[in-house]
Amino acid sequence: MNDINKLFRASVLAAVPLLFAACSDEPASAVTPRVMADNLHLVLETDRTVYTRLIVNRLQNEEKVIKASEHWKEDKALVLPAQMFRAGAEMVRDKGAGFSYSLLSLWPVNKQNAPKTGQEEAGLKYVADHKGENYYGEETLGGRKYFTAVYADIAVAPACVTCHNEHKDTPRSDFKIGDVMGGVVIRIPLDG
Amino acid sequence: MPMKTPALWIAAAAAALGLTAALSMTLLGADRRLFAPGDMTGGHYQIEIACDACHTPFQGVSQEACVQCHGAGLEAGNDSHPRSKFEDPRNADRVALLDARRCVTCHVEHRPERTRAMGVTLAADFCVHCHADIGAERPSHRDLGFETCAGAGCHNYHDNTALYEEFLLKHRDAPPPAATPRLPLRAAPPTAKAPLAAGDRDGSPHAAADPGVVDAWALSAHARGGVNCRDCHQPADAAGARAAWRDRPGPAQCAACHAADAEGFLDGRHGMRLRQGLTPMSPGQARRPMRGDAHDRGLGCTSCHGAHDFDPRRAAVDGCLGCHDDTHSRAYRESPHHALWQAEVAQHAPAGSGVSCASCHLPREIHRDAGRERVTVQHNQNRNLRPNEKMIRGVCLHCHGLAFAIDALADPALIARNFRGRPSRHIESLDMAAQRLHPSDNPRNSP
Repeated sequence: MNDINKLFRASVLAAVPLLFAACSDEPASAVTPRVMADNLHLVLETDRTVYTRLIVNRLQNEEKVIKASEHWKEDKALVLPAQMFRAGAEMVRDKGAGFSYSLLSLWPVNKQNAPKTGQEEAGLKYVADHKGENYYGEETLGGRKYFTAVYADIAVAPACVTCHNEHKDTPRSDFKIGDVMGGVVIRIPLDG
Repeated sequence: MPMKTPALWIAAAAAALGLTAALSMTLLGADRRLFAPGDMTGGHYQIEIACDACHTPFQGVSQEACVQCHGAGLEAGNDSHPRSKFEDPRNADRVALLDARRCVTCHVEHRPERTRAMGVTLAADFCVHCHADIGAERPSHRDLGFETCAGAGCHNYHDNTALYEEFLLKHRDAPPPAATPRLPLRAAPPTAKAPLAAGDRDGSPHAAADPGVVDAWALSAHARGGVNCRDCHQPADAAGARAAWRDRPGPAQCAACHAADAEGFLDGRHGMRLRQGLTPMSPGQARRPMRGDAHDRGLGCTSCHGAHDFDPRRAAVDGCLGCHDDTHSRAYRESPHHALWQAEVAQHAPAGSGVSCASCHLPREIHRDAGRERVTVQHNQNRNLRPNEKMIRGVCLHCHGLAFAIDALADPALIARNFRGRPSRHIESLDMAAQRLHPSDNPRNSP
């Protein structure tokens, strides 16, 4: 079960000497927690965009052959892009990965996705107030130290905006395309 | 008082050694119940003797042992609190309060003095640990005690597939059930073999088979599907060689063709002892009331299905009532469900309109493969048994409205009467869900 975990730890441990060897000459090539988080986010964000554009938007909005629904199983529909993201996060955790990620918001439809830790709160506020910037910090949770990165999650499609604005559980109903709706939080353990 | 003779010392030492040896032998033996710290729950007592099914020596109970038997059920019920949720570091504070990553945090075995319904050993208000602020989010819940969350017919910890808010709302205004409601119908499994008649039987080593047996087989689904005597009594191996004739083939032989049914049977209360390699369960070992004349029956496939005729209708009612003797079971023959069943059996009503014991407890499940519907029977009767709201989606909603089903399943007296009569209580969950659409209508919402 811990193959991914072992691989991940080995890569981080291997990265430390690399970091020192590279010193300040080539910091971008060293796999620091920040580089790792940025790269993870790049993949996560890209995959979700691909799913949103090539699957959901094409089949639901353009071809109109299938709908995407919050209750996808019930409605025999496509999972929403945010649900696809969360299902992946859960499967990664099930596989015992060292890192973790989640999709949170200061205005969550599901209250369980509101910020809980100080870094989540600060990070979500920061990326909402400083468009185009990411937030990086460290925090200790359950006795373990984590590098925590927060990336803005922006409304890219009309479906994001209408669904969140009109959902009966939404605490905010004035989202527009291009607004920061929440953030992707990635955590990487620092103490092995 | 000090011992005065060496003989006493020797006797004491011999007794201690003897006791140690006897206990060690017991510990290494097959029956180690002497070391059990307390009686087991109704879910596990049948396999109490199989300590290793749950315990790893010197490592306690592994999570994998729980998941091995219960994982499929949790997945089928779309577990509301999966382990992965609590593996997220952001929930570390919750895990510190209640380590929900492990089943044994809430379900401790061998503790009968503090075991409640569903084998839960936590205090009934355990939801408060994470949902203390529910009153702020749901004003309708403001005055409700946390001990009522999981006990009032509104929420379950694991399976909420028929209880979540959108489902309640979707079914709140659903039209009443059709004039002739139906349960899913099983189709005969496809077979490439030609049907067989009594004269086609490939015989037994017995000089003359019992004509009653031959006739029963000739009318069975087995004969219609081209399954002959030797296919069960003397099956051929992959090379075509046949073993010695067996008068009584066991469940393993049935599983050769009915693998999914056998798996369900072995997962449930009827077959779990066989799953662990123990002797079959018998009604005499049951904790629930059973008929005295059934006590010594060992449970296998033919206990309910009989042999040779394999009449599924007999299995669906007589198979159950031949052993089960509790109030609910005894009330069945006076129930409206039984009246419908009789009408179907007598062919006065369409197939699928009757309700047998099996209709609810070994329900038919609809699967879809490559767009085609396939109906199977879930032979694990434990899958939807408790909490009984697990029965709503797969069973009740085929014929009843959601509000009625929720109310009926929350009424123990009605269940004891086998649903003869109307529910005597009303569960407010649908009303609360509806009031969230129009908050001003809800008197609880006023400050």
